[in-house]
Amino acid sequence: MAIYRANVQVSLRPSVLDPAGEATRAAATRLGVTGLVKLRIGRSVEVELEAPDAETARSQLELLSDRLLANPVIEDWQLTLATGEQQP
Amino acid sequence: MTIGIIVFPGSNCDRDMRWALEGCLGLSTRFLWHEDTDLSGISAVVLPGGFSYGDYLRCGAIARFAPVLEQVHAFAERGGPVLGICNGFQVLTEMGLLPGALTRNQHLHFICEPCELIVQPGSCSWLQGYNNHERVTFPIAHGEGRYQADADTLKQLQDQGQIVLRYASNPNGSAHDIAGICSKAGNVLGLMPHPERACDPALGGSDGRRLLSSLLALA
Repeated sequence: MAIYRANVQVSLRPSVLDPAGEATRAAATRLGVTGLVKLRIGRSVEVELEAPDAETARSQLELLSDRLLANPVIEDWQLTLATGEQQP
Repeated sequence: MTIGIIVFPGSNCDRDMRWALEGCLGLSTRFLWHEDTDLSGISAVVLPGGFSYGDYLRCGAIARFAPVLEQVHAFAERGGPVLGICNGFQVLTEMGLLPGALTRNQHLHFICEPCELIVQPGSCSWLQGYNNHERVTFPIAHGEGRYQADADTLKQLQDQGQIVLRYASNPNGSAHDIAGICSKAGNVLGLMPHPERACDPALGGSDGRRLLSSLLALA
C-alpha cells in the first residue's frame, strides 16, 4: 500500500452563472485592479489516498470527484494525481 | 396514516412541518432521523428545509448519502409520495430523484419574502387541489434556489408537464422561472417555496394548505 496525493479542482461549468465570482470581480475593480475580464470561483480539494497501485488510486479518486466533490450538472472537475507513489 | 419527516443535522423546518401537518391538518407524523432505515408504516415522506450538514460542499451533497435516503429512494421508486421543500428540494436533485440543480441566487441575496407562484398541476399528485394557472402565495427563504439544468433537460421537463410551479416574478434567476418541479410519475415534488409556512391564516396566508391536504386523500 502506498499513499497517493492528489488535487481535485472543481469549477462551475462555463454556462453556469457565478454570482460570487461576479461580485468579487466588482470588488476587485473598486480595489483598483484594472483589466480584469474574468473571475470565476471554484474549489480546490486536497486528497491523500491509500491504495495498492496508481490505477486503483485513480479510479477511487475519479469516483470521489464525479459523484461527491462535484455535481456534474453544474460543475466540471479536474484531477491531478501526483506522479509516483509516496511512502506514508 | 403517518407522514415521515426526515431530520438531518441542520434541518430547521422539521418542526414547522410537523405543526402544519398535525396542528393545521390533524395528520399524524413521525420524525425520521437521518440514520434511520425503517420506513414501515409511513405513507408519505417530507424532506424539510434547513441546512443539512451545514450545506458543506454543496447544498444537499452530504445529505444524499444519509442511510434514510436509500429507503426514501426505494419508497419513491415504488410510487410513494415524496415532497422536498427548499433544502429538501436540493437534496432530491443531488440524490437524482429530480433532475437539475439549485445554485446561488443571481444577486447573491438570501431572499425571505412572500412570493406569487403560478401552479400548473399536471399529473403531480401533490397539487391536485389547485386549478391550472391558479396564482398562489407561498413564502420563500433561500440563498441557493436558482434552478439550473441543461437545455435538453429543461425542454423535457417542459414537454412532459413537470414544471408545476413557476414564479410570477422571478426572484433568483431560476431557469424558466422554475419554483418547483415534479417527477414524471407525479409522486415526487420538489419546490423552493415553503407551503408549510402558508397553512395557518395567523401567518398571513393559507395557500399552502391544499398542497399538504393532498395527503388526506391517502388516509
